[in-house]
Amino acid sequence: MKPIAVKDLCMSFGAVQVLHDVSFDVAAGECFGLVGESGSGKSTVLRCMSLLQGQWTGEVSIGGVRVRDMPLNDRCRMVQMVFQDPYGSLHPRHSVATVLSEPLKIHGLDRANERMAQAMIDVGLPVDFLDRFPHQLSGGQRQRVAIARALILEPDVVLLDEPTSALDVSVQAEILNLLSRLRTDKGFTYIMVSHDLSVVDHMCERFAVMQSGRIVEILPREAIPTNAARDPYARELIGASLAYERAV
Amino acid sequence: MTDPILDIENLSVRYRGATEPAVRGVSFSLGRERLGIVGESGSGKSTVGRAILRLLDSAEITADRMQFEDVDLLNASERQMLKVRGRRMSMILQDPKFSLNPIQRCGDQVAEAFRTHVRASKAEARAKVIEMLNAVQIRDPERVYQLYPHEVSGGMGQRIMIAMMLLTDPDLVIADEPTSALDVTVRLQVLNILDRLVHEHGIGLIMISHDLNLVRNFCDRVIIMYAGRVVETLAASDLDNAQHPYSRGLLAAQPRIGGSRGPLPVLERDDSWMQPEVRS
Repeated sequence: MKPIAVKDLCMSFGAVQVLHDVSFDVAAGECFGLVGESGSGKSTVLRCMSLLQGQWTGEVSIGGVRVRDMPLNDRCRMVQMVFQDPYGSLHPRHSVATVLSEPLKIHGLDRANERMAQAMIDVGLPVDFLDRFPHQLSGGQRQRVAIARALILEPDVVLLDEPTSALDVSVQAEILNLLSRLRTDKGFTYIMVSHDLSVVDHMCERFAVMQSGRIVEILPREAIPTNAARDPYARELIGASLAYERAV
Repeated sequence: MTDPILDIENLSVRYRGATEPAVRGVSFSLGRERLGIVGESGSGKSTVGRAILRLLDSAEITADRMQFEDVDLLNASERQMLKVRGRRMSMILQDPKFSLNPIQRCGDQVAEAFRTHVRASKAEARAKVIEMLNAVQIRDPERVYQLYPHEVSGGMGQRIMIAMMLLTDPDLVIADEPTSALDVTVRLQVLNILDRLVHEHGIGLIMISHDLNLVRNFCDRVIIMYAGRVVETLAASDLDNAQHPYSRGLLAAQPRIGGSRGPLPVLERDDSWMQPEVRS
């Protein structure tokens, strides 16, 4: 279990600054949420933390070590990411076994077959699904494969970018249960981007509300049902979610 | 129910090349009310909407009866359908990014939809469009008229779509996931606008959605579909008392604000759900 600290993260695409001094801390083993409307920069924060985007300033450290100072392989073993769309994040012509064995090869890990089988069991898929291709899986099964790919390297931190927004509620429930169970079993620290506050309330202890590249407020989950936010935008966002859920 | 706008009996749709029908034995009738169709992806809810508009030319559509006011949708010619589609019944699609023409000004697209069905000069059409953009609560309609779709936000784009679809004063509107692509802060605004217009114009609305909260709040009646069949039909206010295990499973799987945070109940699927509906 490793804590995360993000300090004064700034990021620009050309002349447009998309993140302004984003700072937050996540305790070891916590699930921290990032919410906000589309374009507010929540996914960009994750992409900066995992160095999928490199041209940012500020400081991101995991377990006290700056991500920029980590050798590439160490960083990848420590931080893994699950993306939104299970239809887009798996190679259509790679079987599940290929998808899962690639990180093992890169990192030179032994007992590949054993690890792959264990990863499949961990995410609740039959081991013989290793021979399948993405088009032979349902959306929920694909997202399980994407999660298996993230956890096969035994990371400390998993970055979840809207992991269930492309899925039906019934499948979402399965994936959320899986993520909760893996957090308890493996001691992951999660950062979860979502636009759905009921998912954030279910999963996260604390969450940050983002607007136009800034964190406007960091709130505990208990603030949602009573709408205890002080920032006007955060109040509006929580208010809209409550109104939407509670009937009009 | 007096004066149904739409009456469908035993509708089945099979896509070309598919062994199993995507929709089987769906029956319902719709008056001047709001009907929600809910189900998971692949349950056939969008297919029902498209079959009503006769947009599935390669699929095999069979039904005992498909009557829209005075039009027999099963046997109407394509010429007749052109007069019906967009004029008397229209469809609001999920994502304005993909359903508006990217190289035409927003206002011109709305005007074109109007002039296709109603004889009007360009100036008249423009005036109608501005009025309608006002009605969907676009603050500066003259300016928005001139914008291209990439210059408007998702919520604004969806309001432009609603304006386009309601301008010809249709009797039936099919909204296929109208707000799934929108942020929660604008979702309610757009739904309220749609709801008010549907109410004012006395339009029959079919709201296709995977979101039980949405249909609970914005529909009078709800049809729940599973694997191409209707498993349950009930009043939206009775949704919490749904009888069918599938409906109950869907409701329970939804995480709730202030909920228990324990593991969510997972749907245990049952082959017997493939059987026809339970009415309550």
